Amino acid sequence: MSQPFSAAMSQVGPDSDVVVTSRVRLARNISGFPFISRASNPVRQEIMRVVRRAVDQSCNGIDHDQGMRWIELQSAPSRDRILLSERHLVSRHFANSDGPRALALSSDEHSSIMVNEEDHLRIQFLCAGSRLSDAFKAAFSLENALANCTNFSFHPRWGYLTACPTNVGCGIRMSAMLHLPGAQIMKETDRIKRAAKELHLAVRGYYGEGSESIGDFFQFSNQTTLGATEDALLEEFNGIVLPRLIGYEREARTAALARYRSRIEDIVFRSHANLSAARLLTADAATKDLSRMRFGVVMGLLPIELTTIQRLLLQVQPAHLSLIDPRSLDSEEADREVRATYVRQELLRGTTDTK
Amino acid sequence: MNCDHCDKPAVVHEIVIKGGDSKEVHLCSDHAIAAGYPLPVEQPLADIFPKLGSVAKVEAAKSKERSAKCAACGLTFTVFRKSATLGCPACYDAFMPMIEKVIESAQDGATHHLGRSPVGGAEIERVQNLRVKMMRDLEAAIAAEQYERAAKLRDELKALDSPSP
Repeated sequence: MSQPFSAAMSQVGPDSDVVVTSRVRLARNISGFPFISRASNPVRQEIMRVVRRAVDQSCNGIDHDQGMRWIELQSAPSRDRILLSERHLVSRHFANSDGPRALALSSDEHSSIMVNEEDHLRIQFLCAGSRLSDAFKAAFSLENALANCTNFSFHPRWGYLTACPTNVGCGIRMSAMLHLPGAQIMKETDRIKRAAKELHLAVRGYYGEGSESIGDFFQFSNQTTLGATEDALLEEFNGIVLPRLIGYEREARTAALARYRSRIEDIVFRSHANLSAARLLTADAATKDLSRMRFGVVMGLLPIELTTIQRLLLQVQPAHLSLIDPRSLDSEEADREVRATYVRQELLRGTTDTK
Repeated sequence: MNCDHCDKPAVVHEIVIKGGDSKEVHLCSDHAIAAGYPLPVEQPLADIFPKLGSVAKVEAAKSKERSAKCAACGLTFTVFRKSATLGCPACYDAFMPMIEKVIESAQDGATHHLGRSPVGGAEIERVQNLRVKMMRDLEAAIAAEQYERAAKLRDELKALDSPSP
């Protein structure tokens, strides 16, 4: 985890021009235990022991040769908890809440299990680009392995029981983080959001539930979990909805470039100039400029690798920045200065590398 | 009572006060129209009572909602309404039929799970139920300050968790 970048967030994959990451998350509860809101700390500890035992028994040697790391968040340093949340491996709420809770994490950081979040288990697979189908298979392979040594709460009518009754049934949440600068320029974002709601999709910001959208990044996820098979839900989201969203954004980008080419070039090159010259930089300002540069890179305007932009998008976040240079923790000004210096150096290197 | 002016039954009954004197007026429908009185609209009793009945039903349902409580974890429906989070698996049955409405409206009208089922066997369930029972006994023992019993239960739990030979 102390590696500066190995997470899915800083890589690229299929359709990375639009799709930043894909994730499948399964909500499960262990039968015989109350849900988290009614579970005392000793009960939560017991749930953690049951899960850890299942993880140790089932996840070693199958798909996860090196097993999974076990991180107990209530005793983890605050920086580690923030690192996990910046990598989108845990929710901000989970990083900051109280009580016994843990994260089991595979060495490549693709597979993970949040223990004692809203549900006893949130089994997830997160990867770069549009790979929902792979994420789906991987999440279920982990879930199956765990089901061999523990029993999940299941109701003949409602399916997998979840603490929030609106997640019952398959207990599956498929999501894709999309970069939509084209739609934003063409002022189509609100229309896309409305269409998504009609299709029973949730649209969230950069850090999921309750977060703001920064730099035109939006997270789309399914809301329906009941009355259809898991495969049908995947087919609908991955086979129909997502390709349409991707196609729509690409069309918007082409239209935007045809109509406002100079203005877009101005925005993209100013962002590059800004980040190449700034001496003080906040995380939000850096994210906004990197988002504009990302648009320039995928449209062929800027000769920089997309992986460089993706990596920087993660590294400008406060906890990741402190891994690069711990002096960023000294003061607000130091944080801004370290960020500006690092981004400047990296952009200089990234541009010369591709020449 | 008949009309003041003919032998037909009166449908309008009024007390008219004029110059300090009060006088009862009873008119049939024809004479009432002629005198400019609006005719009373006939409303069958049956029209009123079903409404009263449904109000009572809604009230009863609401009071049932308010008092609904899960016997397994003690969560009340009122608390659930605020938190949107259930307390335990048994809540799903305890809060029927209210929970049914919540789920169906959130799930676009879907009523049944059509997806996968757990693969776990009966033995896993048996061991797990045992573990849960022991855990509850352990909590009770600690609460009652029965430390010897608690220590024993803790050892048994450890044994249950260690891999079988």
